[in-house]
Amino acid sequence: MTVPQQLRYTAEHEWVAIEGQAASVGITEHAADALGDVVYVSPPTPGTKVTAGEPCGEIESTKSVSDLYSPVGGEVTDVNADIEDDPGLVNSDPYGAGWLFKVRLDDEPPSDLLTAEQYAELISAEG
Amino acid sequence: MTQSEPAGPPRRSPLLPVHQRLGATLTEFAGWQMPLRYESETAEHRAVRTAAGMFDLSHMGEIAVTGAGAGAALDYALVGQPSALAPGRARYTMICAADGGVLDDLIVYRLSDAEFLVVANAANTAVVSRELSGRSAGFDAGVTDQTADYALIAVQGPNAAAILAPVTDIDLAGVKYYASHDAVVCGRPVLLARTGYTGEDGFEMFCRPEDAEPLWTALTAAGAEHGLIPAGLAARDTLRLEAGMPLYGNELGPDMTPFDAGLGRVVKLDKPGDFVGRAALAQRAGQPPRRVLAGLTVRGRRVPRHGYSVLWDGQARGAVTSGAPSPTLGVPIAMAYLDPDVPGLAEAQAVTGADAQDTRLSIDIRGRGEPADLVTLPFYSRKR
Repeated sequence: MTVPQQLRYTAEHEWVAIEGQAASVGITEHAADALGDVVYVSPPTPGTKVTAGEPCGEIESTKSVSDLYSPVGGEVTDVNADIEDDPGLVNSDPYGAGWLFKVRLDDEPPSDLLTAEQYAELISAEG
Repeated sequence: MTQSEPAGPPRRSPLLPVHQRLGATLTEFAGWQMPLRYESETAEHRAVRTAAGMFDLSHMGEIAVTGAGAGAALDYALVGQPSALAPGRARYTMICAADGGVLDDLIVYRLSDAEFLVVANAANTAVVSRELSGRSAGFDAGVTDQTADYALIAVQGPNAAAILAPVTDIDLAGVKYYASHDAVVCGRPVLLARTGYTGEDGFEMFCRPEDAEPLWTALTAAGAEHGLIPAGLAARDTLRLEAGMPLYGNELGPDMTPFDAGLGRVVKLDKPGDFVGRAALAQRAGQPPRRVLAGLTVRGRRVPRHGYSVLWDGQARGAVTSGAPSPTLGVPIAMAYLDPDVPGLAEAQAVTGADAQDTRLSIDIRGRGEPADLVTLPFYSRKR
């Protein structure tokens, strides 16, 4: 299971890439595998405020629906329009073309984001 | 999904090592550890619709009913009339409680004059076996749960016959739908039946547990050029839903009769002799339906799930029993029990498509009403 070094993670299986005040968010390969085929993503609308650790959208797969949580707080600046047409990108390229939304950070990112090592440990403990 | 098996370590299919080698995502289903998907369940679904898929169904229950009185015992125990089956033929039927509630839906195979094989859902095998034993008490019939003596492999899809024909000793053209035949497939003895739960042509092979892995491996090789891939329970569920087939625990349960599920035709009230549930079912047969099983398509992309309310003009008038994104239709679909007086339900046979009526019908998907349309079941039927 791939867990890229440069990203930060949450226990809800989101990843976040932070550069200055800009953050990109997606779900991890582990999460995508557990969900199965993603058929629909309802990301937060650009312009809305999201709060770290709060639900901000949903992800539908064949068998289930899951809340999408934002790993960071701020204003949503962009959503991945390609996901609308091809939600399977979340499965095929979760850390790349399958990104979900971007946020302009309000503040410092939360201090409890997980490193790649910590997240890898979390998912290996989950089995 | 019902999980009435007692807690404990899950039962293992003889094919479990094969699934593990294939990297399957496993799930516990009705007390068994079974493959949910191998790679993409949508790709597995499409393979079954367009080529072929292979399923491990070893969790299904096999119960043998044998003896000179086996047919009479089953006529008494079930709502159908297995004694009228010719050897080599099979029938979809149900076992009901005395109050008419459905205990399980079954396929009964008549193997010979005095030999029947009853195939039950995994979650209900123990109940069905116990009921069949009890109900056979006054008959010259023996009931044996043989689930552990069988593995079950299904090859389903338009290419199923082309895959099996070169590797079996029998002429498949002679095996009609809902017929079974002793056969040798890839060198292994099987009971080969032309049955399935996908809405496609296909075969189910009951084999000895020790033959399951060699048979699976040989079929994988034989099917490769015909697009055969392994398929898991996730694809099986969306395939049967598109085909409008009921799933016990969703569309069927002890709190409803076969008539409630629109399957009153399986109840043979005109068969001779009494049967368990007859009085209750005879009464029920003469009454207007309390609820009607309907098919729904959703106009948006959010997916209805089991238990969600179906609304007419914003008022709850039914509940979703099964829902999923349909790979074939490209939209979310659902089966639901609705009040029989929901407008349009009577005409649902005639009403199809999203433009057929304005949307006073919706499904409450986590607090938001998503517009939906009534459609005639099944959602999908294969071209014959």
